[in-house]
Amino acid sequence: MFFLRPSKEIDFVGKKTIALAISLICVALSIFLLIIKGPNYGIDFVGGTIIDVKFEKGVSLEALRVVLDSTGLKDAIIQPSGKNEYLIRTKASSEALEGIRRSLESKLEEILKEKFEVRQLEMVGPKVGKDLKNKGLKAMVFVLIGLLLYISWRFEFRFAIGAILALIHDVLITLGAFTLSGREFNLPIVAALLAILGYSLNDTIVVYDRIRENMKKIEESLERLINRSINEVLRRTILTSFTTIIAVLMLFIFGAGVVKDFSFTLIIGIIVGTYSSIYIASPIVIFLEKGKRK
Amino acid sequence: MIIVLLAWIFAILFLLPTISGKSLGFLTKDKIRLGLDLQGGTHLLLEVKTEEALLNFLTRLKNEMMDSLKTKRIFALEGEVVNGKIELLLLNEEMIPPFEKFLADEYPNLKIEDVKRVGDRVKITLNLDPKEKQNIENSAVDQALETIRNRIDQLGVTEPEIARQGERRILVQLPGIKDPERAKAIIGKTALLEFKLVDEEHDLQEALSGNVPEGSIILYGIRRDKTTGRVVKIPYLLKEKTLLTGDAVKDARVAFGEFNRPYISLSFTSWGAKEFERITGENVGKRLAIILDGTVYSAPVIREKISGGKAIIEGDFTLEEARDLAIVLRAGALPASLGILEERTVGPSLGKDLVEKGVKAVIIGGLLVLVFMIIYYRFFGIVADLALILNLLLVLAVMVMLKATLTLPGIAGLVLTVGMGVDANILIFERIKEELREGKPYKAALDNGYSRALLTILDAQITTLIAALVLFQFGTGPIKGFAVTLSLGILINLFTAIFVTKAIFDGLFQVRVLKELKL
Repeated sequence: MFFLRPSKEIDFVGKKTIALAISLICVALSIFLLIIKGPNYGIDFVGGTIIDVKFEKGVSLEALRVVLDSTGLKDAIIQPSGKNEYLIRTKASSEALEGIRRSLESKLEEILKEKFEVRQLEMVGPKVGKDLKNKGLKAMVFVLIGLLLYISWRFEFRFAIGAILALIHDVLITLGAFTLSGREFNLPIVAALLAILGYSLNDTIVVYDRIRENMKKIEESLERLINRSINEVLRRTILTSFTTIIAVLMLFIFGAGVVKDFSFTLIIGIIVGTYSSIYIASPIVIFLEKGKRK
Repeated sequence: MIIVLLAWIFAILFLLPTISGKSLGFLTKDKIRLGLDLQGGTHLLLEVKTEEALLNFLTRLKNEMMDSLKTKRIFALEGEVVNGKIELLLLNEEMIPPFEKFLADEYPNLKIEDVKRVGDRVKITLNLDPKEKQNIENSAVDQALETIRNRIDQLGVTEPEIARQGERRILVQLPGIKDPERAKAIIGKTALLEFKLVDEEHDLQEALSGNVPEGSIILYGIRRDKTTGRVVKIPYLLKEKTLLTGDAVKDARVAFGEFNRPYISLSFTSWGAKEFERITGENVGKRLAIILDGTVYSAPVIREKISGGKAIIEGDFTLEEARDLAIVLRAGALPASLGILEERTVGPSLGKDLVEKGVKAVIIGGLLVLVFMIIYYRFFGIVADLALILNLLLVLAVMVMLKATLTLPGIAGLVLTVGMGVDANILIFERIKEELREGKPYKAALDNGYSRALLTILDAQITTLIAALVLFQFGTGPIKGFAVTLSLGILINLFTAIFVTKAIFDGLFQVRVLKELKL
């Protein structure tokens, strides 16, 4: 583990212009992607129904298709998932209590005559989808405000600005990568994004904390001071990100469905968050400082 | 040191029932509660159509008002409920002043919103006081909640959760339910039972052709043909006025008649029995229709005054239908119909799969982190590992204690706790190394490492805690589970990673085992 030996200082701050340029490009690309393509919203947000059916014996996709057509679910998409198991997705949702499930079950029995089990059913009406979207956005905004307040209280305001900009950077890039992956954007992904906000700030604060401490001890230019601080906590930053990624990676490997998407988001977020706490959050403080002097 | 031991004992005692299924008897017998996504079950978000309750109320009010206007010789020709307002057509302008007085005296809740002249006639629009409106809608939701609770109790679901959400929504969670469709049908049946007289003065055929006489309505009964299975609709011409409703029903049971055909036997409450006796006494020889949710089940002829407070509903139902019908009649009617906004059902086999995979992820992820810490920090790593394990156990133990629910995202929160849990120790250990490099003596470096890192750890963890708490506020169901394990993980981590490891080191210094160890 030579890379963790405290040998010489690495010049992070000196590369701040390049880092910022790269980040700006990534953020711009992410925003572009979000506008052009947009996240692939799942049923939590747009409404619809997903039914997971597992048959005792193999049933062909075509046979299942015939059943679906006869229940009026012509727009339904069938995805094989696991052995003799299919996911049936449709945009339709029904407020009625005698739902889609019963009609599907009776048709399945009638036509296929195979034993099956509905392993999972999720139905979200369009009204709730809208609500959940609002709730998710609200939660994001409240977390950001809460964090801004906390950092402004514990540190100087310019630090708070730097930290929040870094957070927005992290969330946007993670969202961009998520959109690019084509994964389905559901409620747990919002939870993952919020966890990333917390985690990334955690990293940033450790750096800020060291900067604050060094400011009291050492008289030198802000740039050198920040670079020294980043180097001093570098090992901790890398170690913690490493252990966290190991743990989440297991979730990614063993999880399925939404858990996989959730851990994918976390992994991207942790990587971006670690990068931003080194290259973005602190250098922004320098930029803000220079702007003030002019 | 003693506190550390107590923490271990506490964690193990609370988790014993979950792990081994046995309990020491005192303390707790509870296992950790699994969310619906892990143990299987159905989650329903229902919406009470409160506008229906309002419409029912206004219609009743209108009918009552029309009746009493007649006695006051204020002539109202027509009355209707339109868009949540009552519209009355008065005979002429002279009726306005007495009507205004009547309204102020007897219906202070109603306000005249509009007066329009239509030829000689006067159309008056009445609006209900908004507060009163809200009251009606509010109590409709409360009543629906109560009814749903009664019905679910009859279904025999263990530990159901039924809670109001927002203005007109009701959340229902049914763990481990086998037939969610049946549960849905039972929960959602309006079960409005009505007794109305059959209108025998007018001709049914003529009414069917479009000439429904004033004060009468057409409703249908359903008969299934046993041999062909075809459904036949039978029309009935009924008096609009409802003589008695399901409110009068005390109990409903399934009974069997000839050919073992199931029917439902009703018994009335004491006032219901009196009412039923009066109604049947006044209408001997006429036909009394029994209507459930707008469908006529039967319309027997009243042969004599029926006292004793019993009645039966016959119909073409299977045993299962009859049983479910009895349940909803016993539990009472819903004040308005329900719509399903959201349904999430997890079959038991999937839940089991998810638990297994989740546990696997936690254990393997945890082991990897533990091994890494030992490789990197040697002896210090072992101490940090002990703290991490205690951290996980305590999170679960506290969840058992608080009766919190472990969900799939909750397991993800645990995994995140494993990863981040060592952060505090990494911060401390790195700090100690720095202090040692500056040439401080061993014990001083250790103490300084802890005290200096403390503030950083607090600052860093509190930010994650803020995110977790907001999530707890805004999240629903499973997401809340993530917020629970993550926040508990962080809070307990502050105790285990700082206090517990420090106590171990101090203890080792005291017994002089630890003088110097390579970090």
